[in-house]
Amino acid sequence: MISENSSPILSVRDLTAEIDGTPILRGLNLEIRSGEIHAIMGPNGSGKSTFSKILAGHPDYTVTGGQVIYLGENLLEMEPEERARKGVFLAFQYPIEIPGVSNVDFLRTAYNARQQHRGLPQLDALDFDEFVREKLSIVKMDPAFLERSVNEGFSGGEKKRNEILQMAILEPILAILDETDSGLDIDALRTVANGINSLSKADNAILLITHYQRLLDYVTPDYVHVMEAGRIVTSGDKTLALELEERGYDWIRDQDPAASLTL
Amino acid sequence: MSTNLQKPLPGRLFLDHILAQLPDLPDPYSSLRAQARAQLAELGIPTTREEDWKYSDLSPLLAHDFRLGRELSTSVCAAEVEPYVWPESRGSCAVFVNGYFAPQLSNLSALPQPLLLVPLSQADASWLTAQLQTLASEDVFTTLNTAHLGDVACIRVPKGWQDGPPLQLLYLSFASEAQPILVQPRCLLFLEAHSRLTLIEDYVSLGSGIPFTNAVTEIHLADNAHLHHIILQRQGSTAFQIGKTAVRQSRDSHYRQQALQWGCQFSRHNLEITQIGSQAHTDLKGLTLLGGSQQSDTYSRLVHQVPHGSSRQLHKCIVDGSAHAVFRGRVLVCQAAQLTDAAQSNRNLLLSPKARVDTQPQLEIFADNVKCTHGATVSQLETEEIFYLQSRGIPQAQARQLLTYAFAAEVLAGIPLATLSQKLPQLNPFA
Repeated sequence: MISENSSPILSVRDLTAEIDGTPILRGLNLEIRSGEIHAIMGPNGSGKSTFSKILAGHPDYTVTGGQVIYLGENLLEMEPEERARKGVFLAFQYPIEIPGVSNVDFLRTAYNARQQHRGLPQLDALDFDEFVREKLSIVKMDPAFLERSVNEGFSGGEKKRNEILQMAILEPILAILDETDSGLDIDALRTVANGINSLSKADNAILLITHYQRLLDYVTPDYVHVMEAGRIVTSGDKTLALELEERGYDWIRDQDPAASLTL
Repeated sequence: MSTNLQKPLPGRLFLDHILAQLPDLPDPYSSLRAQARAQLAELGIPTTREEDWKYSDLSPLLAHDFRLGRELSTSVCAAEVEPYVWPESRGSCAVFVNGYFAPQLSNLSALPQPLLLVPLSQADASWLTAQLQTLASEDVFTTLNTAHLGDVACIRVPKGWQDGPPLQLLYLSFASEAQPILVQPRCLLFLEAHSRLTLIEDYVSLGSGIPFTNAVTEIHLADNAHLHHIILQRQGSTAFQIGKTAVRQSRDSHYRQQALQWGCQFSRHNLEITQIGSQAHTDLKGLTLLGGSQQSDTYSRLVHQVPHGSSRQLHKCIVDGSAHAVFRGRVLVCQAAQLTDAAQSNRNLLLSPKARVDTQPQLEIFADNVKCTHGATVSQLETEEIFYLQSRGIPQAQARQLLTYAFAAEVLAGIPLATLSQKLPQLNPFA
């Protein structure tokens, strides 16, 4: 929700980045304030997933220019775990399976790392169990999933719900959801979208990375940005997403000759 | 042919030195020992020129002057042993110190009837002599063990016996700083028809010296007998260990082994499994966990002699530092062993650039209607996986540990020891 009392959470200026010498981001600018939901859309290969990984600190990408300020600090100088403890959360497009480590132990380890950073008490196994069970309803998750190994043998939808469960537990200030809607059937999409809506607060912000407009039927963005060739080429409100759905990404290329030149 | 024209066999000095120390005991086993001593005089210590030992150089072992381990059970107190007794086996633990049975440190009260017969004088000598050395192949180390036959852990599980608490055989070696010692545990386990047992074979070292444990365990499973055999090699970093597990399986028997090794400067585990009855099943899971400059070598030979047998073998190595792990596994399917279903897999995780693994899975199939697979992989921790955990606020070192644990989990699953993961130093992500 756009509000006059909001404070800046993320400020990205002229960000350029590459992987193995290949430029992926070519001067990206984005401002996110508290309470807001942003959506970044774009065709495959436009750099939107790369952008989300760079914000979370993926070691394979090299930032070659620009800056990212998160809550007044230089985000790019922080280790991935430090970013997480300071409230940056990335819901993965392809969550990792960890056999032999129970979901509940994993969630508690992550939760306690965040609590410790905030100077808040850590929870033992018993107290955490109680705490996590309350959160399960947000994503309509069966408690049996807590005892199973992290993501092992989970369906695509279950993995995505597990990501949103982690978001509910870690209470991030900036949540980046990378293609959280991909591979979900309509029921799972509704469940995940309801979870996201219930976690959107006045003091946090959500950045949705998505290829399709359909998630935005359930989670209403305040801003929609379109990425093309490593830059945000146009921004608007939720009607932009509908227009994109109608006209396709070629329409953006036609609007912005500079973008098509770089292709 | 005159032998004095040949070069002396390698390791003769080492063997002669030990042979000279072996006692000559006047008991029903003296001819067995004498026979072994005579054989030993003709044998040498294998070198890396021999195919079966090409990845493991024994010269560091030969550099030490080993004396026979003494009976020290009275100088080891219960409090020193206590941390190594698994809670599940509190009333079913037999303790051996330097190869000698220590009744005052053992507690077998939870076993409803005496399964275990030590020392030798209590066993049925004619039965025992008939069994010993019929299961294990007679290589130099097994022969050395027989030549020094002392307190054999002799276990006869009666027909139809149902599994109780896990029986722990706790083998402690206790070497002083001043004197490297040779310890030679021996176990004969005989499961009669339809019986079931869970056995924990556990090697621990006390003291700061250098023990060389040369262990032999021989197992016979009669028809439809089930054994769950857990082997834990957790001696200190100065120890040497060469161990053999020889198993013979009759019809419908199940042999399930979970062997974990994370101790010793050098260890070698020889497995000799033979299915002599049809529809037997063998399930072998192994984990080698090494760091520093440790070396460990697992050499297994699984023989399907008869039709309708099945086997599964999964061996994993996790290697850090400049450690070196070896896995060589042979699965032999004899011509008669039609409709065998065998699968073997070796997976390795290297945690440092200097860590090394040599792997050689091997299938030899002489039957024409079988289903057999084998394979080996070597990998490192994936950046993507570490990043996932870091992105949840988990520090990189802990993330690596968690993923290492995840790699091992498959081998550890099903071991009925609740506190096991706490004892695996590199593998406890929630410590």
